[in-house]
Amino acid sequence: MSMQDYPPSLDGDGVPMVRFKNVTKRYGPLTVLDALDLDIEPNEMVSIIGPSGSGKTTVLRMLMTLEEIDEGVIYVDGQPLTHMERGGRLVPANQAHLRKIRGNIGMCFQHFNLFPHMTALENCIEAPIQVLGLSRSEAEERAMELLDMVGLADKTGQHPARLSGGQQQRVAIARALAMRPKVMLLDEVTSALDPEVIGEVLNVIRQLNSEHNLTMLMVTHQMGFAKEISDRVCFFFAGRIAEQGPPEQIFGDPQNERTRQFLSAVLDAG
Amino acid sequence: MFDWRWDFTFEILPRLLGATLNTLAAAGIGYGIALVLGLLLALAQRTPYRPVTMVVRELVEFVRSTPLVLQIFFVFYVGPQFGIRLSPWVSGMIAIGLHYAAYLSEVYRAGLDAVPKGQWEACRALNLSMRRTYSRIIIPQAVPASLPGMGNYLVGIFKDTPMLSVIGVAELMHTANALGSETYRFLEPYTLVGIIFLAISLPTAAGLRVFEAWVRRTLGMTK
Repeated sequence: MSMQDYPPSLDGDGVPMVRFKNVTKRYGPLTVLDALDLDIEPNEMVSIIGPSGSGKTTVLRMLMTLEEIDEGVIYVDGQPLTHMERGGRLVPANQAHLRKIRGNIGMCFQHFNLFPHMTALENCIEAPIQVLGLSRSEAEERAMELLDMVGLADKTGQHPARLSGGQQQRVAIARALAMRPKVMLLDEVTSALDPEVIGEVLNVIRQLNSEHNLTMLMVTHQMGFAKEISDRVCFFFAGRIAEQGPPEQIFGDPQNERTRQFLSAVLDAG
Repeated sequence: MFDWRWDFTFEILPRLLGATLNTLAAAGIGYGIALVLGLLLALAQRTPYRPVTMVVRELVEFVRSTPLVLQIFFVFYVGPQFGIRLSPWVSGMIAIGLHYAAYLSEVYRAGLDAVPKGQWEACRALNLSMRRTYSRIIIPQAVPASLPGMGNYLVGIFKDTPMLSVIGVAELMHTANALGSETYRFLEPYTLVGIIFLAISLPTAAGLRVFEAWVRRTLGMTK
């Protein structure tokens, strides 16, 4: 596809919140994502499952602009993210454009990535003050609400080192929410957690999904949770979506041989 | 036994203590320049502009690979040939400040590199500007890892101030030399200089260790 084939913006009815159009990502000779087309609707909860090395996490990292794409265009809320319009055509985005569009996106990481020199509250007010321009009192008020929502109202003054993994991940969720994203990316947010605290993080995600207008894209190994919470499940294999559909179909009646093999392997193990 | 004269010792002590103030000023000013300039040198090597990073890298290598005393002479004696006439103090502060800036930039570089990649990614996910990312997130975390090296070079610059005597900065060594040539007695002045250096270096090193622990605690980085 040449650049002219990509529209400079998406409009009309039914504009997806996120659109990957023909997105390819290579690391040297290895193609980790191969001409990915994926639309995510507003308020949709999409889970990405698949074997390691299938490109799942790369999808989130490209959307967060942590990785550059090699081909294609990513759109967020109708606007191109990876590109910008110049005279009716798309050209690669500059830093200012990336910052503007990625303000719609928040992300939580496998290893939390909290700022260790700041308390839970300070973690949650830093970017709202510096980026959104909120006053300190506004930012604190909102951060307190969010920390209360994730069940950590009594831990606001603690540094991350004094919190359990589950608590740290809940602070990270509050920190991401404090930026009021439209799209929330969850990258294996329970993979680094002890089994007994996974539930508390999943509960917060359930709450986000039911009570907030958030589009969510989640890479997970928690098959039971993906089945329960997702509107749609995408099974990735070798840089492509091998199969996608409602969770009942993917987990109950998978059509693709690879999906069947993967699910029987993980469900046997788990 | 040595021919140690206490009356002479007490006679020269006030002058040496006066010169100690100059030594402390030289170390303090030089270190202040090195702290700031070193950070700039470290950050310049992280810009995406390849010509900038390469020139700064070479400058740092050049400064670290040539003797301090040569650099001091160079700034003081070669400068005037290009019409740059600087006092001994100014020349000395430029030379020693730049010299230690090169070393400190390496300390900072190691400290900055030690900040986990996930911290950068979190900053990007929160849309923090590059300036805020450095000033609020990365540098505060690089500081604890850099402190031991920074402390070593504080003591180091203090011990290197006698080199400024070669261009006539009236610090301790210069004063001890002057006293020696006035009186033909070197034992007492040099011994006193050694004692004064020890009396300042040792508590400083101990104080730095306490300070390091305090910074780590304050930043909540104790595990």
